[in-house]
Amino acid sequence: MSAVNAGSGSRNPGDSGEPAILIEHAVKQYGSFTAVNDVSFSVGTGETLGLLGSNGAGKSTLIRMITTLVPLTSGRIRLHGVDVSVNPDRARLSIGVIPQAMTSDVDLSIEENLSIYAKLYGVPRAERRKTIPRLLELVNLADRRNSLVGSLSGGMRRRVEIARGLVHYPQILILDEPTTGLDPVSRTDVWEMLTTIKRERQLTILVTTHYMDEADRLCDRIAIMEKGRLVALDTPFALKQAVPGSRASTTLDDVFVHFSGRELVS
Amino acid sequence: MMRALAIVERELRKFIRTPVLLTMTLVMPILNLLVLGSAFGGQVRHLNVAVVDEDGGPAARRVMDAIYTLQANGDVVRPVMFANEVEAARGVRDGSVQGAMILPSDFSRRVYAGDEPRVGLLLDNTDGVVSGAIRGLLTGAVQEARRPAPTPRVGRAVTLDAVELYPFMPYMRYMLPGVVTLAMFMTVMIGGGMSYLDDKQRGVHEGYLVTPITKFELLLGQNLAGVVKSVAAGVLVALMGALIAGVLQAFTPLRLLALVMLIICVSFAFMTMMSCIMARMDNPMVPRAMFGVLNTLLYFPSGAIYPVQSLPGWLRWISVINPFTYGVHGLRAVLLKGATLPVVLPDIGFLILFSMLMFTGAVTLFRRTL
Ligand SMILES: Nc1ncnc2c1ncn2[C@@H]1O[C@H](COP(=O)(O)OP(=O)(O)OP(=O)(O)O)[C@@H](O)[C@H]1O
Ligand SMILES: [Mg+2]
Repeated sequence: MSAVNAGSGSRNPGDSGEPAILIEHAVKQYGSFTAVNDVSFSVGTGETLGLLGSNGAGKSTLIRMITTLVPLTSGRIRLHGVDVSVNPDRARLSIGVIPQAMTSDVDLSIEENLSIYAKLYGVPRAERRKTIPRLLELVNLADRRNSLVGSLSGGMRRRVEIARGLVHYPQILILDEPTTGLDPVSRTDVWEMLTTIKRERQLTILVTTHYMDEADRLCDRIAIMEKGRLVALDTPFALKQAVPGSRASTTLDDVFVHFSGRELVS
Repeated sequence: MMRALAIVERELRKFIRTPVLLTMTLVMPILNLLVLGSAFGGQVRHLNVAVVDEDGGPAARRVMDAIYTLQANGDVVRPVMFANEVEAARGVRDGSVQGAMILPSDFSRRVYAGDEPRVGLLLDNTDGVVSGAIRGLLTGAVQEARRPAPTPRVGRAVTLDAVELYPFMPYMRYMLPGVVTLAMFMTVMIGGGMSYLDDKQRGVHEGYLVTPITKFELLLGQNLAGVVKSVAAGVLVALMGALIAGVLQAFTPLRLLALVMLIICVSFAFMTMMSCIMARMDNPMVPRAMFGVLNTLLYFPSGAIYPVQSLPGWLRWISVINPFTYGVHGLRAVLLKGATLPVVLPDIGFLILFSMLMFTGAVTLFRRTL
């Protein structure tokens, strides 16, 4: 019930030295099925980490654990030193989440969607008045602020979701397949926007994608999951080097094929 | 509180943007009132009755006169002359007439001899209402055969002088409280139950759950929003229904206050019950399927369309813990008997208790994770 300070004060992580995201032996089991199997890695403050993996690899499940939506079966996840299982509300305040399914309200306008989320995050009114127009500007939707979300194109809707994830000035932005289903132009739009936002706000970004070229160009490091396990984690360059018989023309597609142990028919 | 209110704001903004939902929840109860209210409980009329007059004597004539009188007064019974009993029986079977009366050949003679005159009556007892009405009407008509008899009737029937406390009550008025309650129930079912699970499936809830909203705030917001919608529907249907049934003009401010209080309490009871039921559900088809079940289980044994007193024991138990019963009871008192707040306090008390129990249940059952 108490309004949480979501202003500039929460932008600086109090616990310095801790990585933005720290995952230690995270396990998620659904019955006897292990969706995430002993995954450990960390994401540094200000870093952009791309999470790759085939369908069903466990990416969304891992993201749901980080975003407190799914309790861990075992292991530990800390965001700037805040354990998501111990102190979920504080953890929630530090992250902006853009889930895989587009979840904005189609019957409400862009501005109403943002305003309601700002309230859910406890952003005080004065802050809301300043932030929302700025965000709309940032995602290039200022002129459409009163349009119903249902009337927008897929790319615009994604941008609404991204703006929504930023209403409370989170330190970490977590996006699950933000560019899936978008045309190449909209995809580029989204990524350019993320780059701008990142520069402006010093965000840590964790993003999943199935587009290797995107990951290659925009991520500082890449993690590859397969069948619930983390099978590779390094910079795109280093990952390409690690592929047997790598050449200058080796792409992240080759890396993906190599680490996922699957064939790519081309 | 800001977070709970944000949920309320969201729900209500959606609600006013989808007027079709509001219209649907209003149209069905009002239709119910108009169609069922006019169809049931009214006098059954236009009954075709086969008459076989094998007697042709003066007593039979008098019976026929009585039947023609019934026909003249409101077209209640329409006699159709048949040649013999076999044909009349066939008429009843094939449905061309709803009943048949056979005046046997010795009818007049027996009437005058005081020798237990008998009249045959063939009834289609697959329809209890119609056959009951015919039996009643013809019993009356047959008495006419003895009217001019010189001796007064022996063994006069004991008559019961019923005193009706309230003015004439057509069935439509009887139904009004139930219809108002039904409107609230439907609003909660559609606006609270179905839309909640639709949201859940579309992932709207996933969006909420990553914010720091507590489950108490989330449920409080949803319940308040549901109650606002349900109160809107309840008040609208109550006023429209009262206008249609012709009881609105008798309303005083105090009665209106009692009415609104009751509507609010019933709304809370329904909405919290719905949130308790939906707390652990994911499949949006379930509330659609459940609608019929709940309707049958709660609406019918509530006294809304048939008196609670007529229910067998096990149904009576349902009616005792059924918020519908208290809603209907309270609304009947206010809408039809002119009661004000003090009279319906027991109903309101139960509804508040019920709501608190259900809300506690909802908060306990609800899981804040996927
Ligand atoms: N609630 C659940 N109950 C049971 N199994 C689940 C549940 N959620 C996910 N899974 C299973 O866990 C595995 C990982 O699913 P997840 O959604 O994390 O994959 P993903 O890597 O995000 O795939 P995609 O690229 O298709 O989005 C899948 O096999 C899925 O069926
Ligand atoms: Mg996924």
